[in-house]
Parts: sequence; structure tokens; C-alpha cells
Amino acid sequence: MSIASTNRMTPYLFLAPAGLVLAFALFYPICYMIYASFLDWNPSQRIGEADFVGLRNYFKLFGDPAFRESLGVTLKFAAVVVTVEMFLGVGLALLLDRNIRGMSVLRTLFILPMMIAPIVVGLMWRYMYHPTVGIFNKTLKSWGFDGVPWLSDGDWAFASVVIADVWQWTPFIFILSLAALQSLPQSAIEASKIDGATGWQQIIYIKLPLMLPVLIVTLLLRLIDSFKVLEVILVMTNGGPGLSTEILSLRINRTASEFRELGEAAAMSNLLLIVLLILTFTMFIYNKAQDARAARLRRVEEEA
Amino acid sequence: MSTQTYDRQNPAFYVLLICLVVMAIGPIYLMLVTSLKLNVDIMSDSSSLLFMPTLRNYETALCDFLWYEPEHLRRCDPTFGRALMNSLIIGLVSTAITLIIGTMAAYALVRFRFMGRDVVSMWTLMMRMVPPAVLLVPVFGIWTFQFGIDGSRGGIILVYVALNLPFVIWILQSFIVQVPIQLEEAARMDGAGPFQVFFLVVLPLIKPGIAAASIFTFRVAWNEFLLANALSDRNSRTVPVTIVNSLTEFDIDWGVIMATGMLLAVPPIIFTFVASRQIITGMTAGAVKG
Repeated sequence: MSIASTNRMTPYLFLAPAGLVLAFALFYPICYMIYASFLDWNPSQRIGEADFVGLRNYFKLFGDPAFRESLGVTLKFAAVVVTVEMFLGVGLALLLDRNIRGMSVLRTLFILPMMIAPIVVGLMWRYMYHPTVGIFNKTLKSWGFDGVPWLSDGDWAFASVVIADVWQWTPFIFILSLAALQSLPQSAIEASKIDGATGWQQIIYIKLPLMLPVLIVTLLLRLIDSFKVLEVILVMTNGGPGLSTEILSLRINRTASEFRELGEAAAMSNLLLIVLLILTFTMFIYNKAQDARAARLRRVEEEA
Repeated sequence: MSTQTYDRQNPAFYVLLICLVVMAIGPIYLMLVTSLKLNVDIMSDSSSLLFMPTLRNYETALCDFLWYEPEHLRRCDPTFGRALMNSLIIGLVSTAITLIIGTMAAYALVRFRFMGRDVVSMWTLMMRMVPPAVLLVPVFGIWTFQFGIDGSRGGIILVYVALNLPFVIWILQSFIVQVPIQLEEAARMDGAGPFQVFFLVVLPLIKPGIAAASIFTFRVAWNEFLLANALSDRNSRTVPVTIVNSLTEFDIDWGVIMATGMLLAVPPIIFTFVASRQIITGMTAGAVKG
């Protein structure tokens, strides 16, 4: 009896520690946050003392022009960054998918920007954008041009933040699409070569369509991550000048620590979470659909 | 590898490659150079190629650990040294805990058929997407008012374990699936219990996966700022928190701050060079199949 019952209990025993930690330190806080978003709550109060205000936090948010601007900045940032990085990353992968010496060294160097702390990335770029000691303005001045207000003008600051993010994350897309390219069936590419396809035709009609499933997953992963960017922007501009680079996660941080409106910050976190869940869910469904399609193709092949 | 031949390429192609490498590591190189300069050299308008490299900025940052007293320092500021110790402890302990309970959970999810497995996998994937910013408010509230562990290293470690677990479980699953089940069955025939099978048979076989997972986990704990900032007090601050705190001062000491930034960047850079293959595997797992 004891052996049978240990066997039945084993999976639960193995899962228990992880399950407990996730339940207490991840799942419970998220439920707590959803509840807190209906409260008027400041950091010096215990949650039980806070007043229940229903949907007022949400109404207040949507009536708040600063929040709407921050939401706009977040969406603009995600759209611009992901588009630029997809084009650059996939383009570089197509260009560098060759049999050359030192490719692994190259890949190692390219993942460096992703591995070092976002705080440090922000620090490096803030230094390079510095109006007097930064390398960009120094170079511009030595060529006889005027310096550019990289971080002190709204539009320039947005562009600067985008550039830093592109520097940090293009390699991610490059590495994923290179891996996808190198796992493509060689026969299709050989066949197109024999049929006389030029390099461009190969890319447009053979390689890109075959890579598409990976590219879509990469795009979704990167999109989800672009909503999480925080430290780099915090160090570079802290959301300024004005609200020009204040993306949603920065606004949550400020609402909680500066304005001391925990209820409102929770409501914002909730909205951000909903956006991310929708994206994750899309990815999940897409993966399932791809698996189903692959299984169907395999069946058809076996029958034939 | 010696028999492999390489295609000859256009010289323009190599020029492009060199440009890309310069762009990728240029900023990091610039940070290293700046951290070796005196402020006089940083502020000077002249060309930045000629200067006397000095370790003075590192001495300032690490004065706590030095056996001698750097002569340029009037008073040693222990903030950074303490933060470095905190970061190391928090990073190592949270990585160890995450890996132990994460591998066990991943193993259970892959090998045992039991009720609710699909639901668990689905939730793991969902939880993976939760950004630290979303956890800021509730974690602050709960840690302060209910668990009473704000301001301690333990509190920060707990958040990092929770934050990393879903990713670790998810990535280790893909490695555990590849372990041949016959091996485990053979061990069980010889009388090994489920825990023995797991620790003596499965664990040694998924070492590459564990390496990848531990690098990713340590990196998150080492680099994270937002939650550490909300949960730490003077004595449990981590390096990212001290860096951001010293940035808000009006007059930034670029030399010292770049030296601290460099110290924060060194462990991930070492990991990258030692284990780039595992890191790339970890990154591509899930997105690219086959």
C-alpha cells in the first residue's frame, strides 16, 4: 500500500515546493493587485483600512490626459521598436547566413548587449548622449556641426530611447531568425537554385515564407518584452522631458512611489497585464495551431 | 572542424561585419575606457585616445575590500561594497533555490501523467509574461504588511525565485523530454525510488539545460532594479539600486559610476563568453523547433 501511495503522491511532492512559491509570491500578489485596483489606497495604510471605490480608479485613469499620453507613448514605442528591429534583425540574418569563419564568435559578441544589466545599458547610452562629454556630440562638434539635444528635447529623446533599445534587442531577432534560416530544408533552396531563382527571388518566395512561423513567434515575444522595458528608459530620461518617453511601466513606478496612489498604480498594472495576457494567449493559440497543422501534414504524408 | 572549408567572400562583406562588431561592442568598450579615466580626462575636449589608464575609480568603488588605503580617498564610502555583497548573495541563493525546485517541478510535469497537467503548463506560460512592474504594487503591499519581510534579503530572494520559476520550468521541460525513459525504467528496476531516479539519473543528463537555466536566472536576479528598489532598505540594497541612486545626484561622477557599471556588467559578460552556446539554446528553445 505504501509504495502505491508514494507513487501516486510523487508528482505532487515534486511539484509542491514550486507550486507553493508560485502561489504565495506570484499568484497571490496578482489577485491582490486586481483587488487593490478597486481601492483608494496609499502606502502608509494597511490594505484593510483602504476605502473601496469600485471602478473609480479606472475612470480616473481614462480621464487623465497624462495617462493617455503615457499609453500612447508605450504603444508608439512598442510599434516603432519592434518594426525596426524585425527589419534589421531578419535582414542581417539573411545577409550573414553564409558559411564563414568566426560566425560563432560573432554570435557571442552580438548577445552581449542583451546579457548586461538594463541599468548599465541605460548608463552607457546616457553617457554617450551627454551634451558635452558624450561621444556623439563630441564627434559632431569636431566635424563642425552643432550638438544635438539628444535627451533634452521631446522628439529627440524618444528617438534616442528607440536607438538604445534597437541596439540592445536587434541581436535577439537576428539570432532567432538565423537559427530558423539554418534549420530550413536545404532541398527547397537547392531546387529553387536549379530552377534559376535569383538571390532575391529565393529570399522572397522560399526563405521568408518558410521562416514565417518562427518570425511570428519572434515578433510576439519581442512585442511582449517591449512592454516590459523600464530600466533603460528610467536611467536615460526618467520619462522626460515632459512625458515624451514615459512608458506605462515607468508611470506605474512613479504613481506608486512619487504620487503615492497605490490603487491607481494597481489599476494601471492591471491594464498592462491584460494587454500582455492577450498577446501571450495569441502566441499560445498560434503555437497550438502550428502543431496541429504539422501533425495533419505528417498524416497526409504518411497516407500518401 | 579542421576539415571544414569556408566560402570566400567579397571584401565589402568583411567591412560590413567589422562595422557590425564595432556597433555591437563599441558602447561597452567606451564604458570600459571611461572607467579607466580620471575625470579631468573625461571632461577634456581633446581627443580621447591618449590618456593615462588608472584604476583609481575602481579603488574608490571597492575601497571596502582593499587591503591598503587608496591615497586619493579621504573617506571610504562602503555603499558600493555592501551592495556588491548583497547582489552576490541574493543572486546565488535565489538561483540555487529556483533551480532545485524548478527542476523538480519540470520533471513532474514531463514524466507523470496526473490531473491538471495541461492547466499547469498553460499557467506556467502565462506567468512567464508577468513583468516586474506589474508586481510592484502588490509585492510591496504584501511583503510590508502581511509577510513582514520587506527590507530583508530574504524578501528580495523570494520575489526573484517566483519571478524566475516559470521560465526555468518551461525551459527545463524541453531538456527533460529528451532523456530516454528506458534509462529511468532501468534504474527503477534496480530498485531506485523516484527521488533517487531524479537526482542520480535525470539530473546528470540535463546538465546543459541546467547551465542555461542558471545563467538566465542569475542574470535576472543580478540585473533587476525595480523590485529590489521597492523592497530593500539601506542594508539590503543591490548594485543596480545604488547605481540609480547615485545618478539622481546633480553632479555625476562619470568615472566612478562607469567603474561600478563595469563591475555590474562583468559577470554576465563572462557567462556569455563561457557559455554562449547554452545561452543561444535557451533563447531559441520554444521559438524555433527542430
